[in-house]
Amino acid sequence: MTTLSASRRSTNRRKHLPLQVLLGFLLVYFLVPFWWVIVNSSKDAAGLFGGTSSLWFTSDIDYWGNLVDLFTYQNGIYARWLLNSALYAFVGGIGATILAVTAGYGFAKFRFRGRNFSFAVLLGSVMVPTTALVIPTFILFSQLGLTNTIWAVILPTLLNPFGVYLMHIYTREAVPDELLDAARVDGAGEMRTFLQVSLPLMRPAIVTVLLLSVVASWNNYFLPLAMLSDNRLFPVTVGIGMWQGIASANNAGGTSLWSVIILGSLVSVIPLVIAFLTLQKYWQGGLSIGSLK
Amino acid sequence: MTVDTAAQPDVAAPRRHHRRRRVNKQNRVGWAFVAPFAIVFIALLVLPLFYALYLSLFQTRLIGGTNFVLFDNYIKAFTDENFLDGIWFVIAFSAVLIPLQMIVSLGVALILDAVVTRFARFSRLMIFLPYAIPAVIGALMWGFLYSKSFGPMAEIFGAFGMAGPDFLSRELIFFGLLNIVTWQWAGYYMIIIYAALQGIDPTLYEAARIDGASGWQINLRIKIPLIAPALVLILVFALIGTLQFFNEPQILRYLASGAIPSDFTPNMYAYQQAFALANYNYGSAISFALGAVVFVCVYIFMFITRKRGSFLA
Repeated sequence: MTTLSASRRSTNRRKHLPLQVLLGFLLVYFLVPFWWVIVNSSKDAAGLFGGTSSLWFTSDIDYWGNLVDLFTYQNGIYARWLLNSALYAFVGGIGATILAVTAGYGFAKFRFRGRNFSFAVLLGSVMVPTTALVIPTFILFSQLGLTNTIWAVILPTLLNPFGVYLMHIYTREAVPDELLDAARVDGAGEMRTFLQVSLPLMRPAIVTVLLLSVVASWNNYFLPLAMLSDNRLFPVTVGIGMWQGIASANNAGGTSLWSVIILGSLVSVIPLVIAFLTLQKYWQGGLSIGSLK
Repeated sequence: MTVDTAAQPDVAAPRRHHRRRRVNKQNRVGWAFVAPFAIVFIALLVLPLFYALYLSLFQTRLIGGTNFVLFDNYIKAFTDENFLDGIWFVIAFSAVLIPLQMIVSLGVALILDAVVTRFARFSRLMIFLPYAIPAVIGALMWGFLYSKSFGPMAEIFGAFGMAGPDFLSRELIFFGLLNIVTWQWAGYYMIIIYAALQGIDPTLYEAARIDGASGWQINLRIKIPLIAPALVLILVFALIGTLQFFNEPQILRYLASGAIPSDFTPNMYAYQQAFALANYNYGSAISFALGAVVFVCVYIFMFITRKRGSFLA
């Protein structure tokens, strides 16, 4: 058995050599921006604009100096942006997941009055572009005095109709009605059945929805850009975007800012890259939920 | 489940009573689970949407205050060159981007499905990685690469004896953006397709091979038809995403001096109207019109593809 699979694997490898070479080229394409950022965040302004190869290191590699610059620039506001991003992503993402899990479970396992109509509305809302909501939500929030507060970013993040839809289709298959009935017959209340019987079965979908919600709010740009005017409340995306605007606007004076921006971009992507690499066994299966049905 | 468990060989009256109690309980508990989301849904989707509609029916002028103008803002929008140019841009952009993304992500997924090596597994992970990068940072990274002052374009093309293209120029910005969005999303779509491919029963391939099917025929006649629902899902995502294009052009605006005006896409135009010019009524009208256009486009698309096992079926 093992020798058979080993020999099959080696023929597989030989047979698919052209495909693997093609894959190699694709890999270079997908990784080039990362490589550029890793290399160039080691340089100072002179190295960046010096006309040497931008795809390779210069003789002096100064990650540490650039890191110190990044975290001390404008009184260390960058660290604050990172913390803001983490706060918005986790509070918003976890909240959205809790709402999606309970609503998805409700839709999947109870035949309540108005269910079909509500579910049709939900499905329709998956198609409403979220950015179309930003301006009216901004005006609404400004009348409530909520703009330029952390709630202006966190509250809209809680809305995740697609998450509800994913939870619904997953729960419908993964949590058998017979099991729920058995729990009820044994005297468990609805809350206890949900927490102790259903939730463990829903775990793969929960992790997926959580990951998707956290990523969506970590990557959010339009909403905080519209809602926030105090730069101490910015998430890292809006903050770096602002620096980039400043650096582009004054070409000569902004040269030293560019090395801060490049390293800032690199540092800001590290948390999510690590999250994806360590959680891969969860998301790789989970992302298929919507497509397999 | 409701009927069968409740049905006992008994007289009719208590059974009906029993059933009604069950139905009431289902109503109560079902709504209890859905209610928290429903509140958020009403507060943050239904309310803003209707508020936008309401605002879009008014006009505020410096002299004369706010007046009810019915559809004037919409008539203005759909005769406004700036708005229409933006609409045409996103339609043209979608028309090129979506097929391109489908081909790239489907191609990569089919390769990864055929090649089972450690290198292929590593590639799968790395090609997905751009999805983890915020659109803003992705646009910035490519902006660096495109940049004339510190990017490698001139170098790379120079090695082949060519002049480097300027993807931040007015002529090439379309392709510059096309490349960024493809890079960002192809990996995510690839994973969805790949997962669907993994769900196919491999005995089908054996049977097809015995019948003399080539690798290409297996791809075209078995794999692609069977993953149609995944392809439809991706198309919907891509459609919704491109029609509300904002982040990438907004970020590249500063780098690409002059190539991206502030009304480049409908979303950027709405943002400009609302936040730069404080014209909330017109901004709301554009937002609402854009939302309606996306909704109708996606709905028509879903209607056409519903037979093929769409995700709303």
